[in-house]
Order: sequence, then C-alpha cells, then structure tokens
Amino acid sequence: MVKITLNVNGKPHAVDVDPQTPLLWVLRDTLNLTGTKYGCGVAQCGACTVHIDGEATRSCATAVEDVGDRQIITIEGLSADRSHPAQLAWIAEQVPQCGYCQSGMLMTTAELLKRKPKPTDADIDEAISGHICRCGTYPRLRKAIHTAAAMGAKPVAPKPTAARPAPTKSATVGGAK
Amino acid sequence: MSAPKSRDRRDFLKSSATGAAALVIGFHWSEDAWAQAGQERKVTNPFDAWVRIEADGRVRLILAKSEMGQGVTTSLPMILAEELAVDWKRVSVEQASTNPGIYEHGTGGSSSVRTSWLPLRQAGAAARAMLIQAAAEQWHVVPATCHAEHGEVVHGPRTKRLPYGALVAAAAKLPVPAFEKVPLLNPKEFRLIGTDVPRADIPRKVDGSAVFGIDVRVPGMLYAVVARCPVFGGKPKRFDATKAKAVSGVKHVIEIPAVPDSHTAGGIAVVAENTYAAMRGRDALEIEWDEGEHARESSATLRAQFEELLKKPGQVVRNDGDAEAALAGTGQKIEATYEVPFQNHSPMEPMNATVHVRADGAEAWLPTQGPEWGQGAIAAITGLKPETIVVHTTLMGGGFGRRYHSDFVAEATQISKATGAPVKLVFTREDDTQRGFYRPASLHRFTGAVDAAGLPSIWHHRMTSVSIDAYWTPSEKAKPASSEIGGAANLGYAIPNLRMEYAQAKSGVPVMWWRSVEHSVNGFVTECFFDELAAAGKQDPLQLRLRLLAEPRKVRVPADNEIILDTTRLTRVLELVALKSGWGTPLPKGRGRGIACAFSFDSYVAEVAEVTVSKGVVKVDRVVAAVDCGRVVNPDGARAQVEGGIIWGLTATLKSAITIDKGRVEQSNFDNYEMLRIDETPVIAVHFVPSEAPPTGIGEPGVPPLASAVANAVFAATGRRIRRLPIRAEDLA
Repeated sequence: MVKITLNVNGKPHAVDVDPQTPLLWVLRDTLNLTGTKYGCGVAQCGACTVHIDGEATRSCATAVEDVGDRQIITIEGLSADRSHPAQLAWIAEQVPQCGYCQSGMLMTTAELLKRKPKPTDADIDEAISGHICRCGTYPRLRKAIHTAAAMGAKPVAPKPTAARPAPTKSATVGGAK
Repeated sequence: MSAPKSRDRRDFLKSSATGAAALVIGFHWSEDAWAQAGQERKVTNPFDAWVRIEADGRVRLILAKSEMGQGVTTSLPMILAEELAVDWKRVSVEQASTNPGIYEHGTGGSSSVRTSWLPLRQAGAAARAMLIQAAAEQWHVVPATCHAEHGEVVHGPRTKRLPYGALVAAAAKLPVPAFEKVPLLNPKEFRLIGTDVPRADIPRKVDGSAVFGIDVRVPGMLYAVVARCPVFGGKPKRFDATKAKAVSGVKHVIEIPAVPDSHTAGGIAVVAENTYAAMRGRDALEIEWDEGEHARESSATLRAQFEELLKKPGQVVRNDGDAEAALAGTGQKIEATYEVPFQNHSPMEPMNATVHVRADGAEAWLPTQGPEWGQGAIAAITGLKPETIVVHTTLMGGGFGRRYHSDFVAEATQISKATGAPVKLVFTREDDTQRGFYRPASLHRFTGAVDAAGLPSIWHHRMTSVSIDAYWTPSEKAKPASSEIGGAANLGYAIPNLRMEYAQAKSGVPVMWWRSVEHSVNGFVTECFFDELAAAGKQDPLQLRLRLLAEPRKVRVPADNEIILDTTRLTRVLELVALKSGWGTPLPKGRGRGIACAFSFDSYVAEVAEVTVSKGVVKVDRVVAAVDCGRVVNPDGARAQVEGGIIWGLTATLKSAITIDKGRVEQSNFDNYEMLRIDETPVIAVHFVPSEAPPTGIGEPGVPPLASAVANAVFAATGRRIRRLPIRAEDLA
C-alpha cells in the first residue's frame, strides 16, 4: 500500500492503495465516485472513460501509480449542473436507455468536441467506436453529438483549485504503463 | 383482457410528519397482469400496488417494476396521470417492497405497459371519481357537473375549483368505486398518452448520479468475487488459499456450496476490502476442479446430437394438411438446414448483488428483474422468513432476461452469511460471459415445395434445441417444446400442408430467456426459408407474404391458446414497411434489400434491411421498421426500444456467438464476444401503425425479424443464402 495524492475534479484526494490498482477501482471503491463504470476491465468497452489532463483515458487500464499529479476529471466533474453541451444534448435527444455506458460516452464526447468542435460522422465513428452500448443508443448518440456541437462546446473541465502547472506527459487510451 | 376484480378495500393513511391526510388506493396490479397472461398466482396480500395522492398534490405510484432502460418509470406514470388528470411530472414512481408469497413481480416478457394499461387507467379513474365526489359534496352540487383537470376539480363554467391536495382528506373517506365499473376516459380525450414524453430517469444518467446495483455502498461492506469451475456443473475438489490470503486487502477466502435451486455450482469466494483486492486474491487461488459430467461437451458434439435428433420425427406441434404425404408425392423439394448458436446477454453492468444477512433478517440491494426470486433465494439459503428480508430493487445496467435469475443473489447471500458482513458480489466481465444462462442453440431442417403457380404448397420444419423449459422445470412437468416453438409453430402464412416437429437436445449449458427468447431464433429461420420458397416460386418476397396473409385469419400458438396472431395486423406492418423503405426500387450492384416480419409479445413488426456486401463483409446500411404494438403510450420511448432491438439483433446477426469446448465457454470478454459498435450501425427508421387496440409488447419485438431481413438482403445482393448466424465471410463467398 502506498499513499498517493490524486487530483480529481479539481480537488486533491489522499489515498492509501496498492499502486497497481487500476484508477477505475480507486475512483469507485476508495473515492466513491461511482459514475465511472466497470464494463470489461480490458479497455474494450469504454464505460470507465475519464479525462486525464484533458485526454479521454480508460481508467480500467491505467494503474493509479501512473497518474501522478495529472488532473483527473470524472463524469461527476464534467459540469456542476448537467450544463455541459453534451449533457444537454443527451437529454434533448433522449439518448440513454439503461444508461450504464453513458458516462464513458459523455467523457469521450466532451474530449472530441474540444478537439473537433464540429465533428463529422467519421470523427464520431473514430471516437465512439471504442465504446459499447448494449441497449443500442448509437443512432441517438450520433445525433446528440451533432446537437452538442451545434450548441457550441464549452470548456470540459472546471478550473482545478489546487492545480500545479499542467505536466506535458499525457496518457493514451488504455495506456497503463 | 379480463376485467380486474372489484376493489372493496382502501387504506386511509395519515402522514406522520404533518398530520395531513392522503388518498390511498390499493389495487392488485399483478393479479390483473397475470390473469391477463393466463398464469397461476398465489396471493397473500390484498394489494401490491398503490396510488397515493398527498395533501400537497404530489402523486405517488407504488408498484414493483424494475427500470433497466426500457422507460417504465415514465410510461407507467403517464398512463395513471392521464386518467387522474394531473401533470405526469407530479407522479413519482416508487418501488413497492417485495411481497412474500407473490412471486410474480418480475419485469420481463415485454409486459409492463400491456399488463399495466388497464389497472393503471382504472386506478387513476377511480381516484379521479373520488376526488370529484368529494368536491361535489363540499360544493353541494351534482358530481356530473364537475370535472378534473391539471390536478384540480372544477365545477361548471370554472366558477369553483379545488386542488386535489385540498380534497384528499374528504375523498379518502369515500368508498373506492368498483374498478370494472369506473368510467374511463374516451381515448379521444387523451392529452398525454400518444405524445413524446422525456424519460424521467435520463437526467440522472448523464451526470453519474444514477445508482445501479454495482454502485451500492453499505457501511462496513466487503467486496467479493467467486472462482467458479470453468466447466458447467463442475465444482472445487480442493484448493489452497495461502497465496490469496497474502494479498493485501483480502479478508476471507471461503468455499460456497452449490445451490441447485438457484442454478449455482459452488465455488471459492474471495472477500476483500475492495474489488481489486478481491480480484487479485482470486487470481492467486490454487484450485483443483472436479469438472463433472459435462467436461467433454463441445459445440461439435452438440451439433452431432442435433443432427441425430433431426433424422427422426419429433413431437408434432403443428400439422395442417398432410405435409409428409405431399412431400412423398412431389418431385421438386427445397431443403435447407439452419443453425443458430448460443448467445449471452452481456448487459453492460455485469451481474452483481449486495446482501447483508443478519441473525434476525436480511437486506439486499439487487439489480434484478425478479425481486421475489431474489428474496426467495435469500430465504432458502438463510432459513429466514421472507417477510424479514427487505429487497431494494436498484437501477439496472441492462437486463435483457438475464437479471430475472438469482444465481448472483444466492452467492452474495452465502458469502454474507459466512462472513457476517454486508457483501457486494461482482462478476467480472469474464464471469458474466462464461457463467451466463444462454439463448439456446438450435438446428432446423426445412423441407418445402411450391406448386405450379409458384406458391408454397408444403412447409415441413423439424427443430431441435436445448430447451429453456426443460432446464427450468422439474422433468416430469417440463414441456420442452413450449419455450422453443413460438414464432414458428404459429406461422401465419396460408400453406396447405404445414407441419412442425420439435425434439429436445441435452446439454450442460444453462439456458434462459434472452431478449425476444425463441422468437430471435424462429424469426430468423422461418422468414429466411420463406424467402427461399419465394425465390423457388419466382415470387417477390413482399408480394408472396401479402398474398399468403391476405385471408384474415387468427393463428394460435399450439402451446398457448392465449397467443393469437392476426394476419390482418401482420399485413398492415408489411404494407407500411414496404411503403417507407421504398421496397421494389432499384439498388446499385452489390447492394440488396431484404424483408421479414414477425409476431411476438402480441406485437407485429416488419423490417426491411438494406445491405452492401463487399470483400466478405456485410455492411447494413439502413433498417426500416414498421410496428403495430397497439396504442403507443410514449412514442419516443417505444421508438428507442425498437432501435435497441434492431441493434441487439444486428450484434447476433453480424458479430457474436457463444461456442463451447471441453464443457466451457470459449469466449470471455468483448474482445472475443464482440458487440456491434457505432461505426457498424445503420440508419434506422421506426414507424408505428396508428392503432386504438390496447398496448402490446415493445421491448423485444424489434429483434425477431432483424436477422432474416439482413440475411434476405444478403441473398438479394449476392445470391448467397445465409443459413447460420452470425454471418461469416465464408458464407458470402
């Protein structure tokens, strides 16, 4: 067990965990941030997606020791009041069914909109094809991403209050090292 | 539908906080629901659903319906709100607690709206009548001069009005009118039913605040995973927990025995302070398994058994005319064998349960379609009285039939009982894939013929499968065909010689209801073979269907006299889908269009798929569906269910199969049990037939015609018949 300080949704959290623990389980079991979901554990379904320094990352395949002092944003930190354009669009287009995969979908969409404020269908395919929705919300999801883009993407992350200068190193999808 | 029985009881409750009264009407939702379904029931409590109108005007609908994404927490309050004349947003849905003795609160079979429609309308209308009566008495006017709107009773030309909240105390003293006599709204007066209403559960599902079963946290809770024998029916022979116990955070390693009633085979549970420690502890276990009697089963041995069974006549489940004599006398037979594999449900939330067993009772948090089954499993394992076991039904990250079972509840109960702690048991994705209860595998041999006019004259369908009913029912009572032949034995087409036979195969693979159950199989095989007969007779697939359905007829499922296919309604969805899909218009080379229809869960669905076949890959470009599910309560929600059903069907058509080797499932996770993804998703359009008939099922009926529509489109594009699923590159060459 190792004491690690994680920056989550703009706040530092001291945790005492096995450093090999995937970030997913630290978020869920240690910090009780259960909006981030376990779906496969092998970076196949995207349900566990969070932002690490703004990059959509599979938390199930990211060891907590590799996160360092980078900024983690989870679905709970995407906005304070469901006001992110993707969240508004998800409600407007009535996307979720069971809803279990949607946290990950929203986090990837938020990152996509930041990179590409007006994504094409091909951009959406590329970003979302790493995710699985068993209920079959894909057609509405695609529509909602276009709707969110039309609303204009806002910054995806709240300003971290205890932030150190942003490190240049960034995680890749499924990038446990 | 049978009329609900008269209610002559009501409860009058006082709010303890304010002393304000509430109007409470208890009714028997499940009695009506299951009476309509022709099922037996055992009732020990007079009511299992309640409408509570509070003094502040809020309306609470308390019943046991699980939300797994199908939208019941929106559609059911809509029905009540319509008759009660309140804003539906004032109606909150609360889970009724489990009710010992009534094992029928499940959510499945696409039944929620169709079985709640009448009781909820009656409950709303009864409450409305009582509130009007109360107001009329207060105003000394005749009730007929009053009406209800927007949560108020209004007299005459709007001279007087009172909100419901001000009337509940007086209304609660009135007798509850007999439900079957209470006047219901004329559907022409509906303001809400038939309009697109945003789902009540969606806002919580965009910010991470929705609590699914796997998100439950209880003080002092431990986390558990179970090592189970990879072979179905196998159990631990001996194990060494030394290394597992050395993993930091692991608290207990315990053996749990098999629970046959819950279909668990036993295993070694690792209980830890967090999920990851439990998983690591399980990895460190050293276990020797007794693999049991199924260790030599494989998909190949099952296929061989199927082929043997199809050589002999099976149980005859439909026999119009004399198909065998006709076949003996015909020269031109069309023969085809169709094969369908096992499938797993794979909801995105893996199986899990949180259970706390105490000496005097238990509490459980279950993502379940069948809370009473879970309660029953806990009672059986602990010896506790069911009424001391509180079950909280949580949101579910998908159900699709799998979450009716209580295997995961039984295991969590055993672990909590052994450790004394509240325990959250979680299946890993691998557990979920390999310890499932699967859609049965099956093999079908068709022999048919067409007459001189090109019309089908003989249809001979011999089917064998692993039977769900035989798996779930004690053998002397089992009716193996009953769970397998729906959608095939009640084929609606007018074919003079039509015979179906069924034979049960034996397998160690557990089977269960999988979204649309046997219809997912029979929708594929029958509608594809029909296409083969159409091609043999040089008939347009749509025109031939319309022709053989043209005579209005009612066709029963032989195993179930309650389920009746109406050829007129099937015709209507075919006509609508043809119109909306542009059936018959030319497509470029390499593309094709296929049509199929199915009747399931009392609903009628026709689908047209357009595909492009190139280099051994089928791309489905567009699916158009036409649906007759009676009156549509929430069209946007219903549309979402059909979209989901189509995508569910596409996964089984293009991607996934569960195969068996050495008695175990060969697939483990989404890298080898693949799901359809967004880049493979076609454009989907869903159209509803306007209908004033009572609502019918919508969660499942989108699935059955999908595979055949796609396979028939592949034939149109390539001339290749697809006779097994999922579609493989070699079947296109």
